[in-house]
Amino acid sequence: MDISESKDFLVHSGSLKEVRTFSREVFEKLKLDNDLKDELVLAIAEAAQNIVKHGYKGVENTKDHMQIKISMNGNQLEIGFFDKGKPVVAENIQHRKLDDIKPGGLGTFFIKQIMDDAVFKKDQQQWVNHLILTKKI
Amino acid sequence: MSYKITEEGNVATVFLDGEIDMDVTEKAKEVILPLVEAGKEVHLNLKDVSYMDSSGISVLIESHQKALESNTKVVVKEVSKSVLKVIMMAKLEQILNLE
Repeated sequence: MDISESKDFLVHSGSLKEVRTFSREVFEKLKLDNDLKDELVLAIAEAAQNIVKHGYKGVENTKDHMQIKISMNGNQLEIGFFDKGKPVVAENIQHRKLDDIKPGGLGTFFIKQIMDDAVFKKDQQQWVNHLILTKKI
Repeated sequence: MSYKITEEGNVATVFLDGEIDMDVTEKAKEVILPLVEAGKEVHLNLKDVSYMDSSGISVLIESHQKALESNTKVVVKEVSKSVLKVIMMAKLEQILNLE
């Protein structure tokens, strides 16, 4: 089943629950099994959290929105994240080493564990950052 | 997220309920860390936690590390399947005291 759905969310930690609900609803339509669905929802929530936490670091009460687009074409799942936060320098993104036990730094690791690929594209006029997560289902 | 605390002797059990994400981590820390810092052995019961992300995992790590500093311990109990998967993905099942 091919599908493409997108939704805008206020850039705020309070929106993360709404992000998960939207993602779960789309994956319900795709009839993905529960374990896979949970993993994908986690990856999406972590990417959205990174926008709130890092893209808008130091920005209080922004009215900006981020957009999440979930598309399935054949067996290729693509999840796009669009935001107007600080420009991401992809080379600077790295998760902490797992044996360096401390709070934080795991979100990107989870995304990499769950998804096949994560790429930042500079192909948008109206947005600053465009992250694409892909996974073959 | 909601919570309930019961105390018996030096053991405080915190029953967390709901989804633990970035939006509620401060609240979770405000509940757990004072108990740890008071030297209580803290049992975190997660049977009703249906979702936890990296922010929730950070709360577990910080609680665990604060407990070591305070010469006590945090025990993570009755972890739901979905939360256990995240703990294992972070390779923390050998670090945290899981029961």
